[in-house]
Amino acid sequence: MNGFSFRRFLAVLRKEWIQVRRDLFTLQMIIALPVLQLFLFGYAINSDPKHLPTGLLSADHSKYERTLVAAMQNTGYYDIRSLASEAEAERGLADGELLFVVNIPPNFDRSVDRGEQPTILMDADATDPSTIGNAAAALASLTGTLDRDLPQAVQSRPANLPFLFELHARYNPEQLTVLNIVPGLICIVLTISTLFVTTLSITRETERGTMENLLAMPVRPIEVMLAKVVPYIAIGYAQVILIIAIAAAVFGLPVRGSILLLTLALGLFIASNLALGLTFSTIARNQMQAIQMAQFTLLPSFLLSGFMFPFKGMPVWAQWAGELFPVTHALRIVRGVLLKGNGLAEIAPELWPIIAFTLVIAAIATWCYRETLD
Amino acid sequence: MTAEFAIDVRDLHKRYGDRKVVDGLTLAVPAGEICGFLGANGSGKTTTIRMLCGLIKPDGGGGTCLGLDIVRSAPLIRRQIGYMTQRFSFYDDLTVFENLDFVGAVYELVNRHQAVRAIIERMGLADRSDQLAGQLSGGWKQRLALAACVLHEPKLLLLDEPTAGVDAKARREFWDLIHDMAGEGITVLVSTHYMDEAERCGRIVYLSDGKIVVQGSPDAVARGSGLVTYEATGADLDIAARKLRLMAGVEAAAVFGSALRIAGMDRAALDRAIASPDGGGALAWHEAVPQLEDVFIHLLSQPAKGAS
Ligand SMILES: Nc1ncnc2c1ncn2[C@@H]1O[C@H](COP(=O)(O)OP(=O)(O)OP(=O)(O)O)[C@@H](O)[C@H]1O
Ligand SMILES: [Mg+2]
Repeated sequence: MNGFSFRRFLAVLRKEWIQVRRDLFTLQMIIALPVLQLFLFGYAINSDPKHLPTGLLSADHSKYERTLVAAMQNTGYYDIRSLASEAEAERGLADGELLFVVNIPPNFDRSVDRGEQPTILMDADATDPSTIGNAAAALASLTGTLDRDLPQAVQSRPANLPFLFELHARYNPEQLTVLNIVPGLICIVLTISTLFVTTLSITRETERGTMENLLAMPVRPIEVMLAKVVPYIAIGYAQVILIIAIAAAVFGLPVRGSILLLTLALGLFIASNLALGLTFSTIARNQMQAIQMAQFTLLPSFLLSGFMFPFKGMPVWAQWAGELFPVTHALRIVRGVLLKGNGLAEIAPELWPIIAFTLVIAAIATWCYRETLD
Repeated sequence: MTAEFAIDVRDLHKRYGDRKVVDGLTLAVPAGEICGFLGANGSGKTTTIRMLCGLIKPDGGGGTCLGLDIVRSAPLIRRQIGYMTQRFSFYDDLTVFENLDFVGAVYELVNRHQAVRAIIERMGLADRSDQLAGQLSGGWKQRLALAACVLHEPKLLLLDEPTAGVDAKARREFWDLIHDMAGEGITVLVSTHYMDEAERCGRIVYLSDGKIVVQGSPDAVARGSGLVTYEATGADLDIAARKLRLMAGVEAAAVFGSALRIAGMDRAALDRAIASPDGGGALAWHEAVPQLEDVFIHLLSQPAKGAS
């Protein structure tokens, strides 16, 4: 008779919903904040990441090609490895394992020697334009690389280059920064409205003394906690829809993948935040402590997830730290589904870390969980 | 399960850090009794009440509430008791009605709306039922809290200073209500700092540093204290009171309207004090029956027994 009671859960949920509705200020903030950020954030990001993973597709590994690849490596921007097939290249780009694919056309050496000016196609993952910007710019300096080996007649002159690069910006052809901002914004806003607000709303009960009353009644803490998070899950999803709708209408954000898949995957991300929020609220004794703990999570969400700074541009230790946070994976999922049209198979590698994180944190929450005031 | 004692706990201990907050407390309250819980600030009243309803776990000892083990069956106990916290702990941003409705829903009452409306009538909250709880004055908040903790018709009420900050008339009504409920067979444990309230209890329990120092009916406690009290009338009572307080054997000297009242344990010393020209020599004295208040002032000024 002391298991979970759905009716008691509904009772607390109804109470929470009244309180959420009465707290107009917070509600307005919740709506206004993401919209403001969406419009304001757009242009700030600038950086110079190096060692970007690059694939090489080539029919015949020729002499000029080797020289060119070495020169690309020397710019510091490209870490090049050979690929077996077009399919591997496509998969690499879709998974985010490759940011560039260099396509050397067949009979490259002969075409150059004959002065046919062959074109090297560079496929680039432009979902995060700031990552690939400088690397792409460095290509221009490479057209003279082959000069030493070339016959006199075809040596590079400004008007007559021995070969050309053609950059093919995939997923985000106009290289709009806003397309990078939107997925990040979705993740950050969800973090704020689920992690932050839930943690606060539970510690508020402790701080105001109403928790003592709640605990003295038959309601179980798990019913209280669930009822507290449900309204904010609803609010979180409303925010996501709002952001996507505005971004699609105003900034032309493409929605290439399945919204249903995105919704389900974000549900997992929300669950990870809630588990963390519950843990914080079992530890925090007052709202100040709760805010500090939540902030401690929010900062790496901004800094290490690849939202503020390109992930590949971070030092290795920071990348490892970033991998721990669900927000990093959620960000890749949102980018993948919205901009690349990723399906379940492609985002699966990002789902596992979130699930693992959620399970570990939920175990900690259960461990710290008090049914008494001690 | 029927139990002769609504509360039956033995040797309860609770420690915070190095401080023994409750130290070997044994208490048995028969069903249907109103038991007053008294003691100085910090003597462990709230802590004891919290242990009784399973909100904190005792470090040692145990027992039953309504025949149910206070440690193992806390969730079952909670359905049958009404606990009114010392600090107002309902939702400021909900109306009186919404707060009560929430409580009713959490207890899964069958005729919830009917029960809520009935309790609102009974507590005289009808005019304020749509007012936000945060906007109520202190006394009305206490009424709301009492209404909330009797809504589900508990068998045992644990009231922690329910009348703090409540005006005299409301306090009277409060206690009439408590007696009504005791008449219906409910057991009440109520902590208070007011003497007139202590006098309305069937039994009083006085705590000092987590230990029970005296308990019994108010009369028995007053008579059994061994305290000697004298009363005098006359002129310049305030000056006499100030002088008397400095004299050996006088534990308390206070003016009540036109009378000066002194108390002490040592009759001979007290007699010397009232006869002395430096003390009460100018006044006409007669011995008085010790009142509960004299006893508590005496107890409050004692260093706790066994404490370092
Ligand atoms: N959570 C806690 N942590 C540490 N000390 C505590 C805690 N709760 C109570 N105490 C200490 O225990 C002692 C008894 O407190 P308690 O609240 O039981 O007293 P009380 O008799 O209810 O006092 P009052 O009349 O002021 O309400 C106090 O000294 C208090 O400081
Ligand atoms: Mg107290």
